[in-house]
Amino acid sequence: MSFTRRDLFKMAAVGAAASVGGNLQASDDAYPIDCSQTYGVLVDTVVCIGCRKCEWACNNEHKLSTTDLKTFEDKSVFQQHRRPVDNAYTVVNEFKNPETAKPYTIKVQCMHCNQPACASACIVGALKKNRLGSVDYDAWKCIGCRYCMVACPFQVPAYEYNEALKPRVMKCTFCLDRLEEGRKPACVGICPNEALTFGTREQLIDLAKERIKAKPELYFNHVYGEKEVGGTSWMYLASTDFINTELPKLTNDPIPHTTETIQHGIFKSFVPPLALYGLLGLIMHSLRENKEDKESDDERS
Amino acid sequence: MSAHEVPTPITRVPFFTKGTMIVAAIAGLGILAYIYRLIYGIGAATNLDDQYPWGIWIAIDVASGVALAAGGFTTAALADIFHKERYHVIVRPALLTAMLGYTFVVIGLLADLGRYYNVWHPMLPSMWQGNSVLFEVGMCVMVYLTVLYIEFLPIVAERFGGRVSLPGPLRVFNKLIDSWLTICHKFLGRFISLFIIAGVVLSCLHQSSLGTLMVIAPTKMHALWYSPISPLMFLMSAIAVGFPMVIFESLIASRSFKLKPETKILSSIATYTPVLLGAYLAVKIGDITLREVWPLVFDGSYESIMFNIEILLGVVAPIVLLSQRKIRNSVAGLFTSASLVIFGVAFNRINVFLTAYTPLYPGKPYFPSIFEIMVTVGLICALVLVYRFIVLNLPVIAVPPSERGTDKATISTVKTA
Repeated sequence: MSFTRRDLFKMAAVGAAASVGGNLQASDDAYPIDCSQTYGVLVDTVVCIGCRKCEWACNNEHKLSTTDLKTFEDKSVFQQHRRPVDNAYTVVNEFKNPETAKPYTIKVQCMHCNQPACASACIVGALKKNRLGSVDYDAWKCIGCRYCMVACPFQVPAYEYNEALKPRVMKCTFCLDRLEEGRKPACVGICPNEALTFGTREQLIDLAKERIKAKPELYFNHVYGEKEVGGTSWMYLASTDFINTELPKLTNDPIPHTTETIQHGIFKSFVPPLALYGLLGLIMHSLRENKEDKESDDERS
Repeated sequence: MSAHEVPTPITRVPFFTKGTMIVAAIAGLGILAYIYRLIYGIGAATNLDDQYPWGIWIAIDVASGVALAAGGFTTAALADIFHKERYHVIVRPALLTAMLGYTFVVIGLLADLGRYYNVWHPMLPSMWQGNSVLFEVGMCVMVYLTVLYIEFLPIVAERFGGRVSLPGPLRVFNKLIDSWLTICHKFLGRFISLFIIAGVVLSCLHQSSLGTLMVIAPTKMHALWYSPISPLMFLMSAIAVGFPMVIFESLIASRSFKLKPETKILSSIATYTPVLLGAYLAVKIGDITLREVWPLVFDGSYESIMFNIEILLGVVAPIVLLSQRKIRNSVAGLFTSASLVIFGVAFNRINVFLTAYTPLYPGKPYFPSIFEIMVTVGLICALVLVYRFIVLNLPVIAVPPSERGTDKATISTVKTA
């Protein structure tokens, strides 16, 4: 490995310091932003031991529950397939590798897409990709339409349905507060086994390919998230083809591409709507001249 | 417009009948369910979950509601832009339907929004999000609703202009409101065409954009309904359902108010329907062919059955029926065919937003809760009541002199732009 965790940590600190001084807000205009230098996490399901400490650390960091770390040692939850919900941004599931029949565990959470469908869908820009890599949610702007949940190709955002007055969309924040302070996300911090590695996307893709190259017998030769839907901040390695995992099969096209093309086509500098307006106005005007004739026609008919 | 049929408040019919009482009761239950949702939240009132974030409030109240309110702009286009003058008698009922339809779309939408009190946020430039299809739909609907109210103002001015008499202490406002109405009437009389064209453009924009909404979920949509030309098909089906909706309402109104049905006018606009619906069907067939999903149409799955019901019953059947002069000229034939078109378009919206939507992970399938159904049905009933109230009090429906009441209010001058 060409760099250590400590190096990554330092880089994170430098990067975060730079962004705090600068352009965290400017994500909107520069969309899609250059994502090679945004942060990400490599999830290596081959190395993951399914200890579920990341679940606890996440809950603890975001005050989602106060359950004791000990209760997360309970492996019986693996009997059911779980998804991220409003009080758990991340969950670990266990599956069998169909080729080797051995179980493996996989952590799931928001992928923090480079070109997020949720952010493209959001009617008020409450979801935004920022330069640190996080797809961040601003509950204050949110109107609660849940179109982000419809749009997400990973089906990650959950909703506080039981909150009557101020429900929020709930999903992994990539521990944005910690990133801004130059710290790693809580789940990465607690991972005992290098199943979670924090770094820039560029570094992580290199690292992932090195790991595959070093032990090709252990890894399926694909970095999930490198190219899927235009790339994601969180990426995965697995022992089996990803169609056997719970990660959905996706093309490399960014999800918002089609709708944004249609949308911007219809509204190209407002020319099409104005042209339609003009055309209808013209019809209205030119047919009006024949109005008298028409009316007498109508009378006769 | 022929001189003998003038829009008039329908005064000889009482507001409350046995029928209206039942409708009012259902509307009342709907209001209770609505209040329940506001107090206890979406989780308590609906069967929505993280797998199914959208249910019937979006598929029926919003998506179908917008489509079925299309009569407003199609009729305005026909009568005012293409100057088919004889259709002026149906412009006002269609306008009223659109105005009330969109109003109830917004009320239904508010129930579905988790933070309904933030519904105005898209208006703030700091929150504009030009990439969002929903943003476009929201803005267009907001502006169009305003345009509809403006288009409706002359009808209010016609009824009350010069004779505003509010009771009791409100009397002081009489003069003010009166002069305001007069100014509105004068101003609008001159510029109403600008608003009418704007209404048509805005309608075309958001009717189509509604069809773009689900295009953002390619991996969750069933291939029968997932199409990049979905916006075109939404626009075409909305245009096609406009006149059938006018026919449907006009026939119900004449039955309810014991008027002679306008069969001549209605069968005349019904001639457009096979053409408009046929064009829609052609595009649909082309879409299915180009995307090579014909096998899915016949695979016998739940989705294929829903698709076939939608197309055969809601599109093909009314085309066949309305192509025949005999059926077009009979009240029963018109009513049946119009109902089928309305059913077909509403069913299409339900299919796109609910049937086609398949979450990525197996879970509990969605079926609306009793509260969701109560709100949806209640809102429709409330709309019917408000519609009835307005046509009894404002000059909307054209009535021949022989069937007019004797109330003084009926003596009104008609101004058509």
